[in-house]
Amino acid sequence: MDSLALLLSRVQFGFTISAHIIFPAFSIGSSAFVATLLVLWRLTGRDHYHRLARFWTKIFAVSFAMGVVSGIPLSYELGTNWSRYSLATGNVIGPLIGYEVLTAFFLEATFLGILLFGWTRVPAWLHVTAAVLVALGTMISGFWILAANSWMQTPSGYVLQNGIAIPVDWFHVIFNPSFPYRFTHMMTAAYLTTSVVVLAAGARYQLQGRFAEEARTLMRMGIGMVAILGPAQLFFGDQHGLNTLQYQPAKVAAMEGHWEDTGPAPLILFGIPDQDRELNHAEISIPRLGGLILKHRLNGRYAGLKDFPKADRPPVWPVFFAFRVMVGIGVLLIALGLTGAFLWSRGKLFTTRWYLTVATYSWPVGFIAILAGWVTTETGRQPYVAYGIVRTAQALSPITTATVATSLVAFVLVYTVVFSIGIYYIRRLVLGGPQPAAAAPEALPNRPLSLGAHTGPSAPEPTR
Amino acid sequence: MITHLTGYAFWLPVVATAVVGLAVALYVILDGFDLGVGILFPFYPREMDRDQMMNSVAPFWDGNETWLVLGGTWLLVAFPLAYSIIAPALYVPLIAMLLALVFRGVAFEFRWVAKPHHRKWDVAFAAGSTVAAFAQGTMVGGILNGFHVAAGQFSGGPLDWLTPFSVMCGIGLIVGYALTGACWLVMKTAGEVEVRARQYAKPLLLALLAFILVISVWTPLQFERVAQRWFADGHMLYLSPVPLITVGLAISCWRGLIGHYPSVAFYSAVGLFIISFVGLAVSTLPYLVPPSITLWQAAASPSSQTFMLVGTTVLVPFVLGYTVFVYHTFRGKVRPGEGYH
Repeated sequence: MDSLALLLSRVQFGFTISAHIIFPAFSIGSSAFVATLLVLWRLTGRDHYHRLARFWTKIFAVSFAMGVVSGIPLSYELGTNWSRYSLATGNVIGPLIGYEVLTAFFLEATFLGILLFGWTRVPAWLHVTAAVLVALGTMISGFWILAANSWMQTPSGYVLQNGIAIPVDWFHVIFNPSFPYRFTHMMTAAYLTTSVVVLAAGARYQLQGRFAEEARTLMRMGIGMVAILGPAQLFFGDQHGLNTLQYQPAKVAAMEGHWEDTGPAPLILFGIPDQDRELNHAEISIPRLGGLILKHRLNGRYAGLKDFPKADRPPVWPVFFAFRVMVGIGVLLIALGLTGAFLWSRGKLFTTRWYLTVATYSWPVGFIAILAGWVTTETGRQPYVAYGIVRTAQALSPITTATVATSLVAFVLVYTVVFSIGIYYIRRLVLGGPQPAAAAPEALPNRPLSLGAHTGPSAPEPTR
Repeated sequence: MITHLTGYAFWLPVVATAVVGLAVALYVILDGFDLGVGILFPFYPREMDRDQMMNSVAPFWDGNETWLVLGGTWLLVAFPLAYSIIAPALYVPLIAMLLALVFRGVAFEFRWVAKPHHRKWDVAFAAGSTVAAFAQGTMVGGILNGFHVAAGQFSGGPLDWLTPFSVMCGIGLIVGYALTGACWLVMKTAGEVEVRARQYAKPLLLALLAFILVISVWTPLQFERVAQRWFADGHMLYLSPVPLITVGLAISCWRGLIGHYPSVAFYSAVGLFIISFVGLAVSTLPYLVPPSITLWQAAASPSSQTFMLVGTTVLVPFVLGYTVFVYHTFRGKVRPGEGYH
């Protein structure tokens, strides 16, 4: 097998899936935020919830569209670039993705039409229901795709026949050992990341003295979520780590830069792992803390990388650093949430300029943490693509290097241009802020009966 | 290879094939008209016309495109062997289609946000729709052509799919999608857009019929197995409804267009797609990867097929139900100057 074609295919899949995950993560959070705002509006009757819902729906729609178009290529790349993987695991992975399509994609896509275009066309209760169903759809989608991913990490409920995984127990396939942890960790990450963006938008308006009422609602809702989900995520992450130690010990050893199991394990804060010489340069560590974190015991020990054959070790460098980026950002977000909650309790939240400034610029960090987390878990699964079943090197399609090189260049060019512009548009929408309720009748219903009531042409610019 | 399979082992892959076929057919019908609207974009230079065209499909396109994911996923679920051969064999047109769908998909949202600097997304929408249609057509042609397979793997080159025949299928599908798009616009829009869509639909219908005729003559001449299927003793008698229905649908589409029965024209155009799809299925089955791999050889484990089939049987009625509901919610014509946006 051509090793360059393999490398390029890995780069292509890594690139396309990294570009993709940003948008669903934000869509999962944003759809829930919009649904929450609409429900609050129905319960309280306060108009600014409605204005905020309309505002955030526009942002959500742009993000969702990018999530859809960047997601479809992934399901096909499994065949174009990883046909041997598809052959080996298709019997298991296929139905999980299939159920995602049937239970989530159609639900999201269909009710998105009503959410986006139904503001004046359907009764308010139905519109709110559509928003809730879209949010539910994004959660269900996360359920299935994380079940599929978790199965690749900790496969269960199958037997191997001639190198092909045949499912024998669907319950164990879906609820495989790492799934509950990964699902909780990732969904929390999505809601946390979006909450930071909500907080950042509110802080920006507050600093600028615009949209006073909306700014405060955005900030309160954002801080409430970050202050609760940040610490919760620390707990979920810890539990997920213990689960990984049990089922993928080599990954944890790489995450911790832990080469040798010689006694109570230290916690390595920093170092530069050297895969060839099997040690860390410039290491800074705290004795016993690693064992305490991973075993919850002061003299806890766990397997080091040297306990695994070299051919079965993941690349340490990216796993080690990506993990630190993720945890570091997690700690910062906890600080952001708790500080905000403290200021709020003192009644100083909306006047503390340094906090508002920090919060304004904190919007991207959650996304960086998500990407870092995925690099940790996916690279940490190497050299396997499905842990213990198929090695990545044996998963490639029979394709030429030139073909993959061409498609990789095309993906990078198209995604960079299209998604950069999309993110720029989202930024512009956020900077523009929630618009006051449109005075002109917009989104004219085109039921024949109501035509007479709205004869004036509405403005051509978007009003939703 | 077929005869020793009985009962469950025989029927399960047959049912799975039917489901894949149904998903692909629904995709072609539903996304066909919204791709067609994109293909027709260059023929409507005025901004307000384009707004109206896009508004007529905006609430539906995402749901429509989801059938493409379902079709691809079902192929992976039910026939991993076929999927693992077809996908690498069609690498180039598949990736081209996916990238084209990126451009036209984001255009639905970006175009509104970008206004008044939205021209680039007009181009993205039109070009993306056209390239996606062309790529899909070449894939149909490529599959009919068949692939080199050795030891259960694709063993050909990256451009094997590219033949005069597949290029013709690609252009044919652009024309076909443009026809359903035009009929959709006749039905769903008013004013100038409707009038011109009616004008465009007629030559498109004639052109599509020409393509159907050429493909119907070309395939049996080029592929012995297709000639066998249609013209071996007595087969033509059983299969004669296929061409007869095609002619009937063409006539009713034409009459719908000149007689101002827009929904008759639209559903007849959809019917032409369905009957063409049936014709292709008749030509190709039981091969999923002609000329070597049948649906029974490619079948997944019964456990996977059954699990997926149960879910599909239970869930697709719901999906169809709320799809109908959304189409019903946004029924009627979109008039000039008004929009959902």
